[in-house]
Amino acid sequence: MAAPAQQNKIVRWIDHRLPIFTFMQHELHDYPTPKNLSYWWNFGSLAGIMLVIMIVSGIFLAMQYTPHVDYAFDSVERIMRDVNYGWLMRYIHMNGASFFFIVTYIHIFRGLYYGSYKTPRELLWMLGVVILLLMMATAFMGYVLPWGQMSFWGATVITNLFSAIPVVGQTIVAWLWGGFAVDNPTLNRFYSLHYLLPFVIVAVVGLHLIALHQHGSNNPLGIDKKGPQDSIPFHPYYTVKDMFGLGVFLIIYAIFVFYMPNLLGDPLNYEPANPLQTPPEIVPEWYFLPFYAMLRSVPNILFIPAKLAGVIAMFSSIFILFFLPWIDSSNVRSARFRPIYKWIFWLLVIDCLVLGYVGAHRPEGWYVVIGRIGTFYYFFHFFLMWLIGKVERPLALPTSISAAVTAKGGGRMAPAASRPMEKP
Amino acid sequence: MRKLALLAAGIAALSLGAVASHAQEEVTPPKVNWSFDGPFGTFDRAAAQRGFQVYEEVCSRCHSMNLLHYRDLTGIGYTEEQVKAFASQKQVTDGPNDQGEMFQRPGRPSDKFVAPFPNEQAARAALNGARPPDQSLIIKARPDGPNYVHGILTGYKDPPPAGVKVGEGRYYNEYFPGHQIAMPPPLAGDDVTYADGTKATLDQESRDVVTFLAWAAEPTMEERKYTGAKVLIFLLFMTGLLFGAKRKIWADVH
Repeated sequence: MAAPAQQNKIVRWIDHRLPIFTFMQHELHDYPTPKNLSYWWNFGSLAGIMLVIMIVSGIFLAMQYTPHVDYAFDSVERIMRDVNYGWLMRYIHMNGASFFFIVTYIHIFRGLYYGSYKTPRELLWMLGVVILLLMMATAFMGYVLPWGQMSFWGATVITNLFSAIPVVGQTIVAWLWGGFAVDNPTLNRFYSLHYLLPFVIVAVVGLHLIALHQHGSNNPLGIDKKGPQDSIPFHPYYTVKDMFGLGVFLIIYAIFVFYMPNLLGDPLNYEPANPLQTPPEIVPEWYFLPFYAMLRSVPNILFIPAKLAGVIAMFSSIFILFFLPWIDSSNVRSARFRPIYKWIFWLLVIDCLVLGYVGAHRPEGWYVVIGRIGTFYYFFHFFLMWLIGKVERPLALPTSISAAVTAKGGGRMAPAASRPMEKP
Repeated sequence: MRKLALLAAGIAALSLGAVASHAQEEVTPPKVNWSFDGPFGTFDRAAAQRGFQVYEEVCSRCHSMNLLHYRDLTGIGYTEEQVKAFASQKQVTDGPNDQGEMFQRPGRPSDKFVAPFPNEQAARAALNGARPPDQSLIIKARPDGPNYVHGILTGYKDPPPAGVKVGEGRYYNEYFPGHQIAMPPPLAGDDVTYADGTKATLDQESRDVVTFLAWAAEPTMEERKYTGAKVLIFLLFMTGLLFGAKRKIWADVH
């Protein structure tokens, strides 16, 4: 299997000096992958493709965009109206942010359900959390660039969060702004960072992949591969499966881009930023709503003012994920064999959806109550995770991936690695 | 215990009150069947041209449309000759010339729509302190924009409902958040004479101008939907092929 790629003389010459072809053969072609991965395992590659789509469409937008408070809004509208296919690039980029978060959130919840963060994949998981944080920073700054009403006021609200830090808060905020309010210097640095951070994400994704390929993918059974009969080469099996998944994903994405491009956005962002007129309600994009709900839900706690407590809760909700491999006390990975954890997993999903719903509404009446319960439960979930791992009695694990697959399907299966799968 | 119950009841009453008052604010405007709705909707050119006439003769006295150029008007079916003739009726400030002075000249298709006021302060000074928002994107800048703008144009109530006190220089409008709008009723019916003989009722004028504004907010909408159909047909075909390929390649693994 390793030989065919190096039959060409030139390829061989290069590969002897720079083993790029051997590398691709190992990591993209032969790379042994559990043969029982479900479609939930498509979302990692989808997230990677979304990153590429965002960078490419973003580079084209940057060629036409003007990062100045007086021209930013109009330059975006010029892209929409006068630049060839500018509307397409912008709608791809704008909806791409939403779809990037959709696939990433599904990817994260898949990891939570199947215990993909457990040994030996702790660093793989932690790098993923770093990617999530970078994505959030990038998305937030990108949303400011069109300089609409929500851009401006969103930037004002979120940067103001840092003023909650005792003593140095105000100084930090002025430093972030580059002045005494969100203004042209803020827009300029956000543009600069919005262009920079995606490439930092690319780098961390590279590390994420190195960590992934060290031990290979987890799988729906959560048990390790026992031998060659448990795995199949990445190509063509998972290349074609990922491509098919990509096709389905692109259909849904295209329906949004072409037929409801503004559904996920706030209409108010089609109004130019006006520092003298605060909108009746300042809400972030949907993918930040659960965090926004936490921010607004936390009351004064002892000597900590509500604002600071909210900020701490919001940031902790992500930072706690770094410790997940050690919080979870069960050594069974897949929730399939964890009768109690399975339930609290779905409770966490529901809790996040509820928090998202609360985040979209003014914090008054029942929304405050539900928001507080939801925020409390989010953190309580991690305590439950620790507790359940101690008391839960997991179901018997199958002896091997191959055994489980053949027992269920009833078919016999030749070890895949011994089969010729290339075209002659 | 009683204190606690009272407190709970108080909180419940407060939150219910908040919800109720919130609901009162929002009266959803009636749904209109727009030519540009749906995946195959296009802008009704005749309606958009009539709407442009309404904008020109009524709205443009106060409202600017800064994002539009006269050349864009070919998008609603005017010929380049018509656009040239139309633009030349406008006076555009240009310059500075060789003497360093600004001067007036007839408009060209490449000019932006001439705004009614040179700046916001001038508008406020002339209009009782009110700021007429630019109309270029108004349809996209409001939730359910087409129905909302149609609702505003047709939603004036004079006299206002019993018990409602309307402030000085304000008008009661059913669909405006808070109901007190600074814009006097802009249309009453028969404000324009349509060249194509359509009867200029209030509802007709409102629909026409909304069609025009919807086009102005996104002149590339038709191209977008048309491209989308081609892209989706391709994607469905490609995904079908990939599904077949996946089934074939995986046939002996399952």
